[in-house]
Amino acid sequence: MRPLITAVGLLLGWEALVWVSGVPSYILPPPSRVLAVLVERSDLLLGEAVWTATEMIVGLLLGLVLGATLAIVFAASAGWRRWALPLVIVSQAIPVIAIAPLLVLWLGYGMASKVAMAALVIFFPVVSALYDGLRRTNEGWVDLARTMDASPRAVLLQIRLPAALPAFASGARIAAAVAPIGAVIGEWVGASAGLGYLMTLSLARGQTALAFAALVVLCLLGLALYYATDWAARVFVPWQSQGE
Amino acid sequence: MTYLSAAPPLLVRDARIAFGDRLVARDLTLEFPAGRTTCLLGRSGVGKTSLLRWLAGLLPEAPRAQPVAYMAQSDLLLPWLSVLDNVLLGYRLRGDRTALASAEERARTLLDAVGLADRLDDRPGQLSGGMRQRAALARTLCEDRPVVLMDEPFAHLDAVTRLELQDLAARLLAGRTAVLVTHDPLEALCVGHQIRVLSGTPFIAGPAIEPAGVVPRDPADPALLGLHARLVAELRGLAP
Repeated sequence: MRPLITAVGLLLGWEALVWVSGVPSYILPPPSRVLAVLVERSDLLLGEAVWTATEMIVGLLLGLVLGATLAIVFAASAGWRRWALPLVIVSQAIPVIAIAPLLVLWLGYGMASKVAMAALVIFFPVVSALYDGLRRTNEGWVDLARTMDASPRAVLLQIRLPAALPAFASGARIAAAVAPIGAVIGEWVGASAGLGYLMTLSLARGQTALAFAALVVLCLLGLALYYATDWAARVFVPWQSQGE
Repeated sequence: MTYLSAAPPLLVRDARIAFGDRLVARDLTLEFPAGRTTCLLGRSGVGKTSLLRWLAGLLPEAPRAQPVAYMAQSDLLLPWLSVLDNVLLGYRLRGDRTALASAEERARTLLDAVGLADRLDDRPGQLSGGMRQRAALARTLCEDRPVVLMDEPFAHLDAVTRLELQDLAARLLAGRTAVLVTHDPLEALCVGHQIRVLSGTPFIAGPAIEPAGVVPRDPADPALLGLHARLVAELRGLAP
């Protein structure tokens, strides 16, 4: 309840500031104006939101699959770990924004470049969380499995992997929180649709209120994606709170 | 639930056991008689667990002599599997579907014997500490291996639960060659056909002590008190 009161207070302050200072609406639109635009242009906003949401979700799934695969490969094979893991870490030193124009150049203005962008931002937290989880298995479980004559493959798939799922879930939560960054940066650089595209377009035309409305929708999308991921993690990894 | 085929004795001959840089035992020769429970009694840090891990083939460069079922101090139940699937863990890990299918009946019987017949589908997180350890006992026995190694399996339980489990274990281990490590003389007297006290660095095993009577023995039996005093004296290094 308290954060809500704080938020309402800030919005009222913002509204008052605009009226008192007389800032033109194309510089800083008051919240009431943004709300009005949200309602008036809801069809447009919804259409762009569906586009961006698709980019985010597909990117998230792709990043999760890619990240999980890499983490499992690294956990299973010392060779891959030695040759490719440093590369994965170095890849994070490249600012994503710097690659965005290249991805648009290679994959076009459509959805593919944004999906790739989101997946690129996402896969690192996933790899690092799951790989960490795979390395930190309770050694007692592994010893027990060895006395049961389990193969290394069975130990990985039936013990290490399920034991690492809570760590994977934390990685997925972080991934869901950063997925919008990838998608929107991709849209800013070059796109034909989406909320990020709408923002650049409306800002260029002086429709600042519409840009703000797009931003509000983007925030809601990000929150929805995060809570959906959190819910999925709770449902599919219910043992995370009781882990050994 | 007697183990049907004849259990072999477990022999240790001139073994050298090291835990990291520390030499735990040198030229160790021990025989664990077939079909009986031997309790290894020793103070913390004497190397009981290392010996057991050595027997289980879990120490580097120590190949296991024969298949064993191993029960550790903590129950090691997997939180994502049901109680029944935890008991069948060995069969699941080995991936032999036929063996898994035929072992299920056995797992149910064992869970019934340890009093968990109505908790088959529960997750370990829903069980009390005593129930978890009983499930771990069922898992150990479900492995159907002639040699059973147990490392202070009841150390973390409250006194009454521990007595109940000692009773249960002594009955269910009948016919198997079992080695149970403990630091509790009373536990050794309760479940062991034979007791060996480990002492010194590197440790040596004292002579086999075979209390009278059948296991599980009643820990309140006055006849055991004299032995209890002797075991405590040996543990303190005051042996005659």
